[in-house]
Amino acid sequence: MSDLPFLRCENLQKWYGGVHALKDVTLEFGRGAEVVGLLGDNGAGKSTLIKILSGAHRPDTGRILIDGTPARIRSPRDSMNLGIETIYQYTAMAPQMSIARNIFIGREPMRFNWLGPLGLLDRKMMNRVALQALRDVDLHLRSADTPVEELSGGERQGVAIARAMHFRSKMLILDEPTNHLSLKETTKVLDYVSALRTQGVSSIFISHNLHHIYPIADRMIVMARGAVVAELNRGDLSIEEVARLIV
Amino acid sequence: MNQPTPGGAVTSPGGQRRRALTKRLLLLPEISGIVLLVLVTVGFAIVAPAFLSMRSVVNILNIMPELGLVALGTTILIIAGEFDLSVGSVFALVPMVMLWLVNLGVPPAAAMALSLMVGMAIGAANGYITLHFAIPSFITTLGMLFIARSLAVILSNLAPPAFPPGMPVDFLVARIDRVQVSVIWLLVICAIAAVILHRTKIGNWIYATGGAQQAARDMGINTRAVKLSCFAACSLLAGFAGMIQTFRMQAPMASAGDGIELQAIAGAVIGGTALTGGVGSVLGALLGTILLRVIDTGMTTSRVDANWFQLAIGVLTVLSVVVNVVIRGRAARMRA
Repeated sequence: MSDLPFLRCENLQKWYGGVHALKDVTLEFGRGAEVVGLLGDNGAGKSTLIKILSGAHRPDTGRILIDGTPARIRSPRDSMNLGIETIYQYTAMAPQMSIARNIFIGREPMRFNWLGPLGLLDRKMMNRVALQALRDVDLHLRSADTPVEELSGGERQGVAIARAMHFRSKMLILDEPTNHLSLKETTKVLDYVSALRTQGVSSIFISHNLHHIYPIADRMIVMARGAVVAELNRGDLSIEEVARLIV
Repeated sequence: MNQPTPGGAVTSPGGQRRRALTKRLLLLPEISGIVLLVLVTVGFAIVAPAFLSMRSVVNILNIMPELGLVALGTTILIIAGEFDLSVGSVFALVPMVMLWLVNLGVPPAAAMALSLMVGMAIGAANGYITLHFAIPSFITTLGMLFIARSLAVILSNLAPPAFPPGMPVDFLVARIDRVQVSVIWLLVICAIAAVILHRTKIGNWIYATGGAQQAARDMGINTRAVKLSCFAACSLLAGFAGMIQTFRMQAPMASAGDGIELQAIAGAVIGGTALTGGVGSVLGALLGTILLRVIDTGMTTSRVDANWFQLAIGVLTVLSVVVNVVIRGRAARMRA
């Protein structure tokens, strides 16, 4: 375990118009490979925090440190380059495009790279790597050419996870990954997240379902009305006591 | 190994593959365009056998590039999730600017390059206003439709619309054994566009931007830059198409391209482009254009009153989408 957390945010604040969505939030993630559960009711500030870490929004005040040095996260691309992968609640995919193309959106393997955006896609490699990435998350599909719209909700989430796992470097953020999933698919997602730890990858798992988070989280952070109201280690409180904190 | 299917029939792996292939084929967005083109061609060939003569085929080819290039640009932009209603006006304005510059003494080659840049700038302006103020491109380009048309009329009144001698018309409209060179331009540009759309990184970004803009943005794609380039490309192609027509007719017309924007959208839709973005292809744009031109020529050959042309376009546009929905619905239910 290193002494420095992978990610530290200090005094983050965010207003949306007159709404104070994030109030002076200071948190650390990824001291060693850990699963952090981020809990809170709707409007607690979880999504705002995640959007800032994944580069979709910028904080009004405060700063973010990666491995102890101040980092600029001004776009999703910055966040990815720092080693943070985000799995969005709505599975960020273009439904009409193939699985392989979706996995590599924005990070396409190229031939003739010097042509810039006009470089040719390395489609053979895309298909091969995509199928391997899917197998790695135990998703066995016949072809990576299938349009994503033909997949079930769980399979789509599987592709999103495969994408994040393939590019993951340091940290994975999962925003309500078990929403709209069947029981069996939920179990699978929870297994992926637990497995991340053994692969040396930290994760932040956002959910309002305590029963999904409690069994796998090393730590839990509870937010309410834009502020952090509790930080708990595994076993500090029983699941019922945590539930009372949220509401 | 043979496996019983839930229906009770026995299928071989070969049959399975064949069915999967059939399903892929039927799910192609271009499928209804292909079906309609075959039907219409056979229909005209029966009614008027002269329709399949070399002469009429060459005729169809020679008038294709102008609509084809506009439809191509329109298709690319619709795939990216935006519209351009101003292409018809740009079609008239670009050659008008070119001739105005030539009449001012600018060398023809420079005038052509400059006027094409004007076309591109109009597209960029459409894109910038649409994206910066987050307003529908329908509105922006509707405004530009009037603005560019008005400018074309003003320019044509400013300098008497004479076609100056010594313009390098050959490289666009010379004929090689009756076929106009512009056909080759169309094919080359389509080939380049096809490679860009279907095989390159920016092509992947265009589909992602049009198909799921939020997802594309979250995956780090600069969707604004992608859309802006598509706006510029669409306008550039429209201007180039207008130039071809002016060279072909050797007369600038302020009214050129009037209504071509709607024909281009019809062509794109007939070719399987989805107005919601993210779906479409270069082949589809070509198919749509060919179909419109086949009907055009076919009706003339079979001596149908030309006034029926618009009715035919209308029916085909709706029919192609309906056929697509029906075929795709069937295919989606196929076991494969």
